[in-house]
Amino acid sequence: MMLDGRTPGGSLDAKWSNHKDHLRLVNPANRRKHAVIVVGTGLAGASAAASLGELGYNVLAFTILDSPRRAHSIAAQGGINAAKNYKNDGDSVFRLFYDTITGGDFRAREANVHRLAEVSVKIIDQCVAQGVPFAREYGGLLDNRSFGGAQLSRTFYARGQTGQQLLIGAYGALMRQVDAGTVTMFARREMLDLVVVDGKARGIVTRNLVTGEIERFAADAVLLATGGYGNLYYLSTNAGNSNVTAAWRCAKRGAYFANPCFVQIHPTCIPASGEYQSKLTLMSESLRNDGRVWVPKQAGDRRAPQDVPEAERLYFLEERYPSFGNLVPRDVAARSCKAVCEAGQGVGPTGYAVYLDFADAMHRLGTHVIAERYGNLFQMYERIVGDDPYRAPMRIYPAVHYTMGGLWVDYNLMSNVPGLFVLGEANFSDHGANRLGASALMQGLADGYFIIPYTLADYIAGTSLAPVTTEHEAFAEAANVVQTRIDHLLRVRGDVTVTQHHRRLGQVMWEKCSISRTAAGIAEARDAVRAQRDEFWQNVRVPGESSNLNKSLELALRVADFLEFGELVAIDALARDESCGCHFREEHQTPDGEAERNDERFAHVAAWEWHGSTRPPTLHTEPLHFESVALAQRNYR
Amino acid sequence: MSTTAPADATSTLTLRVWRQAGPSAPGRLVEYTARDVSPHMSFLELLDVVNEDLTRKGEDPIAFDYDCREGICGSCGLVIDGVAHGPRAATTTCQLFMRHFTDGAVITVEPWRARAFPVVKDLVVDRSAFDRIISAGGYVSVDTGSAPEANLLPIPKHTADRAMDAAACIGCGACVAACKNASAVLFVGAKISHMALVPQGGPERERRVLAMVAQMEKEGFGACSNEGECEAVCPKEISVANIQRLNREYVRALWRKP
Repeated sequence: MMLDGRTPGGSLDAKWSNHKDHLRLVNPANRRKHAVIVVGTGLAGASAAASLGELGYNVLAFTILDSPRRAHSIAAQGGINAAKNYKNDGDSVFRLFYDTITGGDFRAREANVHRLAEVSVKIIDQCVAQGVPFAREYGGLLDNRSFGGAQLSRTFYARGQTGQQLLIGAYGALMRQVDAGTVTMFARREMLDLVVVDGKARGIVTRNLVTGEIERFAADAVLLATGGYGNLYYLSTNAGNSNVTAAWRCAKRGAYFANPCFVQIHPTCIPASGEYQSKLTLMSESLRNDGRVWVPKQAGDRRAPQDVPEAERLYFLEERYPSFGNLVPRDVAARSCKAVCEAGQGVGPTGYAVYLDFADAMHRLGTHVIAERYGNLFQMYERIVGDDPYRAPMRIYPAVHYTMGGLWVDYNLMSNVPGLFVLGEANFSDHGANRLGASALMQGLADGYFIIPYTLADYIAGTSLAPVTTEHEAFAEAANVVQTRIDHLLRVRGDVTVTQHHRRLGQVMWEKCSISRTAAGIAEARDAVRAQRDEFWQNVRVPGESSNLNKSLELALRVADFLEFGELVAIDALARDESCGCHFREEHQTPDGEAERNDERFAHVAAWEWHGSTRPPTLHTEPLHFESVALAQRNYR
Repeated sequence: MSTTAPADATSTLTLRVWRQAGPSAPGRLVEYTARDVSPHMSFLELLDVVNEDLTRKGEDPIAFDYDCREGICGSCGLVIDGVAHGPRAATTTCQLFMRHFTDGAVITVEPWRARAFPVVKDLVVDRSAFDRIISAGGYVSVDTGSAPEANLLPIPKHTADRAMDAAACIGCGACVAACKNASAVLFVGAKISHMALVPQGGPERERRVLAMVAQMEKEGFGACSNEGECEAVCPKEISVANIQRLNREYVRALWRKP
C-alpha cells in the first residue's frame, strides 16, 4: 500500500510558511482543557513539553530517569548545526538542506529537511536567549566549527558538552512550566503501552519504577520523544536505559515503523576492552577537525605509533577522499576503518582500532588550543583507556550510535495512528539513510520548539475528541497486557540472565546487520533472533518481584521487545536490496567500493505494519520525490 | 627489571555494599567477593559482574542508578571508601576504573547520605529536591519564539567561558553527599553563577536567587561552613568561588528586594 506523507504543495521554500498559515488554531482559553502526554524529556520531549506548557496546554511529561535533566541528549558532545552563515563562507538554508539530503543518501523527505534547515536559525536564537553558554569569539559573537559532510563551518558548540547545555536550557524551560503548573512531571516512569480509543491515541500505561504500580494516564494526544533503538546491539554509545519499548508498543498498537535498518555506526568510539563491557563511548566527530586518522601501511606492524615514520603511515581517509579528508560522513568513515582493520592494518591489542592523531594539530596550533577545544574529550579518553592522548594518538573504532529509522510520521509529525505524534530520534523523518554530525540536536529542538506547537494545535482543533477517562475498557485491556507480561517474565525463573540474552542478541546483530551486510548474513540474523526469542521466554531469569524497584525486570521487558524488533530490522535490511548511506549491502557497490543505490526500486520510505510475531509484517511504501536536488551518487572525493 | 604487575593482571576484591530494601527498611553492609576483576573495568561494570553472580545464585541484585556511563548524565553516584565518587579527582563513579584499586582491597560502597536525599533502595537515592530547586527559578523566563537574533548581544569570551565552567554541573549531588552539613550551596551556586554571568540572566537576577535559596532551605539541605569538601569531590571541578558568588548575589538581592 502507498503511504501519503501529506507534504504541502507549493515551492519548496514556501511550503512550511504556507502550511503554518493555514493550520487550525486552539483558542488560548481552551488550551488548558486539553491534556497532552509527552513521553521522554530529552531535547525533543523537554522542548515540546515546555513550549506546549507555555501555550497553556495541560501537559503530562514522563521520564524513565530520576530527573528530566538526565535524558540521553545530555551526552551529545560536538554541536548543533544552523544555517546562520556567521562565517561568511557561503552557508544558507538551501545549503544546509542540500547537505542533509545528500548526506542522507537521498532517503529523506525533501520538504521535512527543508523545514528543518529553515527553523535551525531560530533554534540558536532561542537557546542563546535561555542563557546557553555557547563558545564565543574574542569579539563576543558566536563561534562555529566544522562537522562531517559539509565544506563550511555551521556548527555551534559549548565545548564538548553541547547536548548537555542545550538540554539544561530545555530542562530549565520545562521546570519553569512545572512551577507555573502547566506541566506535571512524572519521573521514574516507563511507558509500557499505548492506549487507542476509537482509532485515536488517547493515553498510555506506565510502570512506576519505584513502587512497581501499573498506572494509566488519559489525554487528547500522545507525543512520543523516546529516542532511538541503538541498544538493540547491546554495545552502543547509547545510555543504559535507552530502549525501543515505548516505540515498539506503539508499533504493536498499529503505528508503522519506518526504515528500521537505518542504524548509524559512528566511526570514532573507544574500542571495547573485555567481556564485561557495558557500553561504548563516543569520541566526538568534532575531533576530526584537527585529528588525523591513520594506520601503519604494513599489515601486522606492532610498533608503537610514535615509532612509525611518516612515510610508513596510511592516512586512508585523506588519501581516498582528498576534498573532504577526515571529515567525510560517518557511514563512509566507518566503512573505511573496518576495511583497513580487516586488511590487517588495525592497531591496539585486538587489531580492531585505528589511530586518531593530534600531533600535527598540536604542533601547528599549540597544545593549549587543542586543550581548549577538546579538553574534556581528551580527559574522558584518558579516564577510560588509561593513556594520555596529548602524548600518543587515540585508538578508535566504529560503534552503533544513532538510529535514523523510527516510527513513521507525516509532515505534521503525526504517525498513522491519529493523535500519536513522534518527535526527535524516535521518528524516521529527517536524516534518510545517514545522519550528518550535529544534526540530531537540531532536529530534536526543531520538532519540539518550532513544529509540534503548530501541528498539534491543528490536530486538536480539527478532531472531535470525546471525553475519555482511564476507566475506559481500552485502558483496562492495555494495563492487563502489561501486567500479564510482567507476571509471565517473573514466573519463568530460568537459568539465563537478561544481560546474557541481550549480549547474545547484540552480537548477532553486530556481526550480521551493521557496518556492512549481505543477504545471507541478514537472513541468518533474522532466524537467530526468532529462535532466541522463543528461548528467552523459556529460560530467562528475572529475580525479585514487580512491587518495587527491580532493574532486572525493567531490562527484561526491554530485551523482550528488542527480540521482536530485531527481527523487523533484519526483515527491512533484507527487503532493501540496495546500498544507501549506512545500509551497505555488499552485493551492491560501485567499482570503487561506494554504496550503490537503486533509485528505481528503492527511492521510498519502507514503513512496516507489525502483525505479531507469528505473521509476517506488511510493507507500506511512501515514494520519495526529489524536485530540488538531483539524484546523484554522493561524492566526497 | 620492573616490579609492577602486568597492565592486564586481574585482581580479587572484597566489596562491602550497603543493602536496604526500601526507604523505611533498616540497612546494613553486606560483603561480596569479586574475582577476576580486570583493570579496564569501570566501577559500575564491577557491580554489573557482581549482580550477574547474585542473579545466577537467586539473590537480589544490588540496585544502583546509572545511565550514560560517560560521566555527563549525573545519574550515578556512590560513596566509595567514604568519598563521594571514589578516590580519583574530577571523576564520576562510572568513569572510575579498576586500575586504580590494588589486588586484595576491601572497598566499602554506600549511597549518598543526606536528609534531603532519602534512600529509595540499596544505593539509589531520591534527588528530586534538586529539580524543585531548579523549578523555583533556575532558568531564564523566555517563551519559545520570542528570542531576539542570537548575535544581537555580544558576550565577552572570558565571561562566556566562566559561565560555561559553572554550567558544567551535572546535578549528581556529590557535593551534598560530601558535605558534613549536607549543604547544596555548590549546586545552587553553580546555577546562580551561570545565570548571573550571562546577560540573559539579568532581568530575574534578584528573584531567582531568593527563590532558589528559599527552596533549598525548604528541602532540608544544611548550611555551608566553608569546608570545601564539595569542590574536592565534584566530578566537574565546580569551584567554591561559585558559593561566594551565590552569597554576594543573595545579599545583593536582599538589599534590592524586588
